[in-house]
Amino acid sequence: MAKVPVQFTLNGSEKAEFIDSGTTLLNALRDKIGDTSPKGGCHQGTCGACSVIIDGELRLSCLTLAETCNGAAITTTSGLAEGGVLHPLQRAFLDTFATQCGFCTPGMIMAAKVLLDHTPNPSRDEVVEALSGNICRCTGYEPIIQAVLTAARANSQNAA
Amino acid sequence: MAIRRGRGVAAINYPTGMNLGGDPTQALVHSTPTGNFMVTLSSVDLGQGMKQIMAQICAETIGVPTDRVVVDTADTDTGPHCMGTFASRGTHRAGNAVIQAAREARQVMLEVAAEELEVNASDLETDGQGNILVKGAPQKSISIFDVALSAHFKRGRSISGRGMFLIPRSYPEKETGAMKPSTCYAHACTVAEVEVDDETGEVTVLTVKNVFEIGRALNPKMVEQQLVGGSWMGISHALYETTEPYYPNRDHGGTDFNQYLMPGPGDLAQTEIIVLERPSADGPYGAKGPGEMCANPQIPAVANAVFDAVGVRIDTLPITPERILRALKAQAAN
Ligand code: FES
Ligand code: FES
Repeated sequence: MAKVPVQFTLNGSEKAEFIDSGTTLLNALRDKIGDTSPKGGCHQGTCGACSVIIDGELRLSCLTLAETCNGAAITTTSGLAEGGVLHPLQRAFLDTFATQCGFCTPGMIMAAKVLLDHTPNPSRDEVVEALSGNICRCTGYEPIIQAVLTAARANSQNAA
Repeated sequence: MAIRRGRGVAAINYPTGMNLGGDPTQALVHSTPTGNFMVTLSSVDLGQGMKQIMAQICAETIGVPTDRVVVDTADTDTGPHCMGTFASRGTHRAGNAVIQAAREARQVMLEVAAEELEVNASDLETDGQGNILVKGAPQKSISIFDVALSAHFKRGRSISGRGMFLIPRSYPEKETGAMKPSTCYAHACTVAEVEVDDETGEVTVLTVKNVFEIGRALNPKMVEQQLVGGSWMGISHALYETTEPYYPNRDHGGTDFNQYLMPGPGDLAQTEIIVLERPSADGPYGAKGPGEMCANPQIPAVANAVFDAVGVRIDTLPITPERILRALKAQAAN
């Protein structure tokens, strides 16, 4: 099959690959580029584990064809820490024990980041709404909700 | 037609581990040349935090800080044997094996230190900070770093230990059927409050209050995390999850996350967790198995609460609106 070129920025650095036409962004990121932070839970858009941020919007990378991302700016959880310092959401997930097996965690963090980017001080209901496309088997969700609220508080204190 | 409230209680005993062909786990511990300690296991951490707990247990037994211990669970082909991470057995079985291995390693470590300090090994103690001191004369001491260097490069000793923990298989007595399938039981009690819509059959769990007796909580925050997740999972089993909705008929069985129902973050009951610590006799530092057991008592508690609310006894899981409506219909017909 003919390969197609794709070019985008991933967590701020330029990436260019030749991929099979029809390759999902999830598979391109994990298998071609080696960023395994987006997880493949269902490959059909129902679990949220593969969530990434494309041009500021939350997207399911399992339902996104890589070749439609030409020129896009893509953010994944592996790009959040800066110089070894964890992003406030990552810090909050650790501090509130919001991760067990961790399989849902990168998708949860992506969903939470988009929420906080648009709504820095969300209500609990807004957090629940933002996470409702993401499945977690282990935590019972409450610690994750608390992590997002904790990160929001930390952000607003830093801004103040 | 109305929304009806009910409250249900359930209590469980839950065995730690299992009784099939005997229930063993082995562990190996050895020091690196710089005095860190490796724990080698085939037991797998599925996210419960087993690696952290094994590091704590090893560190406590040898007398070093937890961050001096690395736990390797990499390969079931090459590691010391473990039956697996299930039946709430990981902490109890692997923890006991790690204690035995760490004790043996500690003994060698103290012997090497004794040679360096020219004292008896039995006169030595650890300070938990990475040093070995002479009891009563703490100015006479040596770091574990230096002990490990000496063992490796001077004295030719391996600071290591082997651990094995086995609960042997228990067979029933021929006459009475009596047996001892487990040596260690955790306990839990749950009170659940529900609302049942007797027109739609829908159940909402309002509150769930759990008390768990889990021996010693070796890492209290991780125990709490496990119990909160388990309590949610119990409710999920009670009301939502099945791959065989019309068992044994396979029709309508879910094949993916689209069709396999699990509650999401919007469906949470108000949850309370209380931990009672009663150290177990044969557990590592008094621990029992909290893992699987914590998702059990919610199920009968919810079933009892549904009975309390609308007077029908649902004895097939999950307790779906359809089952409730069929039972209400049968009740009205009688
Ligand atoms: S893997 Fe994309 S939503 Fe599940
Ligand atoms: S932490 Fe395991 S799925 Fe969420």
